[in-house]
Amino acid sequence: MNTDKPVERSQPQEIPAVSPGRRKFISGMAGAAGCGCLMALGIGIYSHQASALSALALRPPGALPEPEFLAACTRCGLCIRDCPPGILKLAMPGDPIPTGTPYFTARTGPCEMCEDIPCIKNCPTGALDPKLKDIADARMGLAVLVDQETCIAFLGLRCEICYSACPVLGKAITLEKRSNPRSDRHAMLLPTVNSEYCTGCGLCEKSCILEESAIRILPPQLAQGKMGKHWLKGWEEREKHGGSLIGDQHQLPVRGLEDRIYGDTRVYDEPVPRIGNIADPQPFDPVLPNDSDSGSRP
Amino acid sequence: MNARISNRVGQDAIASKGWLLAHKWLMLRRASQFGILALFMISPWFGVWISKSDSFSGSEQEVSLVSEPLLIDMGNLSSNLGSEVLPSTDLFWVIKGNLSSCLVLDVLPLTDPYIFLQVLAAGFLPAANAVIGALIVTVFYLLVGGRVFCSWVCPVNIITDAAAWARRRLGIKSNHALPANTRYWFLGGTFIAAALTGTLAMEWVNPVSIAHRGLFFGMGAGLWILVAVFLYDSFVANRGWCGHLCPMGALYSLLGKTALLRVAAHKRSACDDCMDCFVICPEPQVIRPALKKAGQDSPVILDSRCTTCGRCIDICSKQVFRLTHRFDQRSSS
Repeated sequence: MNTDKPVERSQPQEIPAVSPGRRKFISGMAGAAGCGCLMALGIGIYSHQASALSALALRPPGALPEPEFLAACTRCGLCIRDCPPGILKLAMPGDPIPTGTPYFTARTGPCEMCEDIPCIKNCPTGALDPKLKDIADARMGLAVLVDQETCIAFLGLRCEICYSACPVLGKAITLEKRSNPRSDRHAMLLPTVNSEYCTGCGLCEKSCILEESAIRILPPQLAQGKMGKHWLKGWEEREKHGGSLIGDQHQLPVRGLEDRIYGDTRVYDEPVPRIGNIADPQPFDPVLPNDSDSGSRP
Repeated sequence: MNARISNRVGQDAIASKGWLLAHKWLMLRRASQFGILALFMISPWFGVWISKSDSFSGSEQEVSLVSEPLLIDMGNLSSNLGSEVLPSTDLFWVIKGNLSSCLVLDVLPLTDPYIFLQVLAAGFLPAANAVIGALIVTVFYLLVGGRVFCSWVCPVNIITDAAAWARRRLGIKSNHALPANTRYWFLGGTFIAAALTGTLAMEWVNPVSIAHRGLFFGMGAGLWILVAVFLYDSFVANRGWCGHLCPMGALYSLLGKTALLRVAAHKRSACDDCMDCFVICPEPQVIRPALKKAGQDSPVILDSRCTTCGRCIDICSKQVFRLTHRFDQRSSS
């Protein structure tokens, strides 16, 4: 960048249109502009690439959707200081999380869902949305029972730890009864997450007794599917409009089911063999017909 | 060896004023830098909390400093670097957060203007606290002097000063500095990058915020960014980071156009051209107009790139410089 070297002039007869001082200024400016823009380009590309958030890292309650959050968060750490259980951390350079942004890890330190949501109170920019007043409305992620092969409830054993640990007790995680295919008299109580209530706090993941948790908090976009915007559910539409929109279809008689509503092919009358029939659409009925019951009651 | 030591920068000043006076402003700056760092952790480390208790009328809040018996034993100090130590519910931090944004005495929000502008550039309209905080900081530096931040607050200054010291002591001459204006283009570029990516792009690598955040929230690989700054300044470019690249310094230098606090060469006729001030100054080009009347008559260093660090005052054995205000026109010639 040293432009001070004496310039050799082999043809001194003409005065250049651009004076040397001006030439030096322009070339210096071009150099500065080039270097500055090059570096800005570098950090732009790097930051864009490094914006991905590890699926294990969860944002504090009230965090704006990730793209907005990355624009709004000043990386100041006030939420970390205001977190009573101290579970929030600021990502360090080298972590698979945008540098300096707050996060928590459900398995090691879940959100304890403080009622007054102190982490939001001092956020200077509103990256943690102050409109969140009720912690039950927080959506930090969504619990998903990711592995039915190791969850001991699916093995027919009693556990229910995740159910009991859930702060939105009895709503976010419910226990669904199913008959145990290995036994003719036992129920399986299967933890089931209801996205309507789950805040994604992670207490279930923390409490899972397995070496690696079978229930995990995933970012909502990983945990949930999304139906096409134009999709309609026929049975809902029929109810809304008080009848089918495409006209009732011809009801051809089905032999043996003449007394049923059209389409109802469920079998009620014969004794139902329940062993091995997990997919039974009927809710589990503890009072079984006598002829299939061995008589023992829990 | 002796000959070399006697030629060291500042030797004359130490001989004529004594070591203390020849390092007065340097020591004050270090005290300011470390003091500001300490303020951010004074609450958990030294048990100094702010107590807010409602008075009987219920309308006024009483703010008082309480020094609780140390909540932590000193042996565990290092393990408490994070956020493990928490005050009881009615005690508040003296300063909470970091240099990007913080809350003083639980009432006064402060936000760094560079971070704030990046948030705006990324397309987010921040809440009132950030706006108020950025305004307060901006007005403060407009009045006092933009790059006062660089030399009196910024933690990276300690690193680049160390690199400059290493250059002088090791006699490193190689200098591949980029053009000094690169920082302004880079500053603009970081805003464009923020706008295009929708994130605070610079904050992935900004050594200034990484240094301060890292000290109190975990350094991680940020240490290597700081090591890189030190190596770059030591072996590649003299004052390469602060003086040529740092976009934060560039913004603060733009804020320094109206700085009231300035250094002036009020006894410039006493200058014996020893060049010590030019060697020690992090932005040597700012001295000449004031000291040698190059293009200006005022003895005040008006260039906004001057960081008001006061090293020229320390290093001058003829006491040519002093800290004064912008309109001080007194001069010996």
